[in-house]
Amino acid sequence: MLSKQKLRIAAFSTAVIVFAAMSGSALAQKKYDTGATDTEIKIGNIMPYSGPASAYGVIGKTEEAYFKKINAEGGINGRKVNFISYDDGYSPPKAVEQVRKLVESDEVLLVFNSLGTPSNSAIQKYLNAKKVPQLFVATGATKWNDPKDFPWTMGWQPSYQSEARIYAKYLLKEKPGAKIAIMYQNDDFGKDYLKGLKDGLGAKASMVIAEESYEPTEPTIDSHIVKLKATGADVFISITTPKFAAQAIKKLAEIEWKPLHIVSNVSASVGAVIKPAGFENAQGILSAAYAKDGADSQWDDDPGMKKFYAFLEKYYPEANKLDGSVVYGYGVAQTMVKVLEMCGDNLTRENVMKQAASLKEFAPDTLLPGVTISTSATDFAPIEQLQMMRFKGEKWELFGDIISGELSH
Amino acid sequence: MSAVQEVVTEAPAVEAVPKRAMTLGYGTSLVMLALLIAVPLVVKNFIVFQLTMLLIYGLAVLALNILTGGSGQFSLGQSAFYAVGAYTSAILMEHVGMNYALTLPIAGIICFGFGFLFGQPALRLSGVYLALATFALATAMPQLLKLGYFEHWTGGVQGLVVTKPDAPFGLPISQDMWLYYFTLVVTIAIYIFSVNLLKSRSGRAFMAIRDNEIAASAMGVDVALYKTLAFGVSAGITGVAGGLGAIAVQFVAPDGYTITLAISLFLGMVVGGVGWLPGSIVGSAFIIFVPNIAEGISKGLSGAVFGVLLFLVIFLVPHGARQVAIVAQQLIGKLKKN
Repeated sequence: MLSKQKLRIAAFSTAVIVFAAMSGSALAQKKYDTGATDTEIKIGNIMPYSGPASAYGVIGKTEEAYFKKINAEGGINGRKVNFISYDDGYSPPKAVEQVRKLVESDEVLLVFNSLGTPSNSAIQKYLNAKKVPQLFVATGATKWNDPKDFPWTMGWQPSYQSEARIYAKYLLKEKPGAKIAIMYQNDDFGKDYLKGLKDGLGAKASMVIAEESYEPTEPTIDSHIVKLKATGADVFISITTPKFAAQAIKKLAEIEWKPLHIVSNVSASVGAVIKPAGFENAQGILSAAYAKDGADSQWDDDPGMKKFYAFLEKYYPEANKLDGSVVYGYGVAQTMVKVLEMCGDNLTRENVMKQAASLKEFAPDTLLPGVTISTSATDFAPIEQLQMMRFKGEKWELFGDIISGELSH
Repeated sequence: MSAVQEVVTEAPAVEAVPKRAMTLGYGTSLVMLALLIAVPLVVKNFIVFQLTMLLIYGLAVLALNILTGGSGQFSLGQSAFYAVGAYTSAILMEHVGMNYALTLPIAGIICFGFGFLFGQPALRLSGVYLALATFALATAMPQLLKLGYFEHWTGGVQGLVVTKPDAPFGLPISQDMWLYYFTLVVTIAIYIFSVNLLKSRSGRAFMAIRDNEIAASAMGVDVALYKTLAFGVSAGITGVAGGLGAIAVQFVAPDGYTITLAISLFLGMVVGGVGWLPGSIVGSAFIIFVPNIAEGISKGLSGAVFGVLLFLVIFLVPHGARQVAIVAQQLIGKLKKN
């Protein structure tokens, strides 16, 4: 009798202990760093709302609207997103001041999609020293994919180098005997690109028979183009910013030089480049894309873009859907939300980086069908695929497979 | 001679400021100093960083104040001198491995030379024409820094990352705190130098030129020398400020030194009171904190809000902080009498 009772007590207490241990471990799973609580996740951001690059400020506004939508729908695992975005005016010293304010005064969990190569270079060392994630930075420089030296920094869009490698792959396959002439802008963008092209061509880099660089301050690049025509090249790669890309398209038509013409994605905008250069001059030009074009009617029935349009209508009605920055902001914000969802209740900065580095074939609504985001502990370059496109009539036509710009493939 | 006649008929560009009114009294100076020493001990590191920037921009505004308030010459090109100073410090620290403190005098000397040389052609220009010439300098500088020839040293568009110095002798204070006090010492030294400069023979020559160039030269002042000297001193101090700025921000890039910076410094000088040296710090506070306040009021219209605030300041106190200080002084005087 007594032993039975003892046994019962023992069993009961064991149950209590086990239960306590279990609930204890459940509680222990909820882990937070500065900037995250049971009810809120603080995300910091800097954008050039004023100054020379203020056109990109739209990205910050789109992200704010997207997080408003997420909050209205119940937040991320029950936590509301508090998106704090400051203006840095595209000035590195101001960027440092604003990021320090975000980290030390607002106490954000992470810094998300800060824009501009100079601004991000200025804050990279500080954020890595403080071990604060600098996630999905808004620049195409290749240096953000460096997990060994900067384990707290990650890019998002395809780097200039991976895009250039895709053109190299295309040429090796379609035009192995090509004589290539390259026109590039003499800055980090142009040089990154040129390196990607040559890496992509590999042993066949001798296909490049002429290179011309121009300063972004030059009023016109016409003379460079005449020089390149004289080399007898049959492929012309234009690594240029919009104004110069348009000049090149026009000049080629004027001097009746008809090589295979490739334009970088930076200058593939129909509104800013092709239209001013004249549709009739741009027929057959090649480029590559990774996101859907908000202006293109072929996506009107696409389920992803339908979601995007519905979002714009409800949360950001004043947005211009022809603006590529709106499409961009939506896609990158969606990636951020995905990472935070994957973090579950473990919202430490370390886990945020770990989850950001374990994305597997994630497909935001606005990316081209087949383009997905995959990362790993050694691969901090989320988007590496693009699809080639050819200009026909008054819009781009996608063709071929989705190609990866990774060197190993 | 027509140029000279033009100068004679032209109203003085800058209102004459009596020498004594250029500085603060002893009591006020001590209170300010005590505040500057004590405040960082009780605030967050981020605020300490902002205060460091306040001192650095204060120095740059002070330099412009010597040029405009002292010798009556305009400059919209201070960002160029600031950039040269910043790059000198950054390159010496990162490529040569020199101690940060030693890079500052070198930055100052290089900028002094640069400013002195620029002062030569500037002699032929006055008023708005000089402002335009310096404006050209400011717009050219970011592009010069990107040039391929210097890229090995400047890092081109990517800029240069600078290592922040630790506190020496194992002092148990943070990097930010150390850098603040280091900047404070440099600032005070330069402030005292500037005050004494303006009180000296050279300072009197500056002011004589500012008030009336012809009369000054009739009195035996070497106008050409002192005008270029004013440019040199101003550029030198701006260079030191630039060097300190590079160390505090830990990064230099061409985009950090655009014409916007030059205009901000000019703004700081006007808000602080042209020719009133202590106003430099007030002007510096204006250009650092007011944009943040404007952004807090409205993100989309931060530029417009800033414009309105600036307009209010210029409209209500056209002589800037100096005017406020004078009014405050009179009030205190009245209270004492009662």
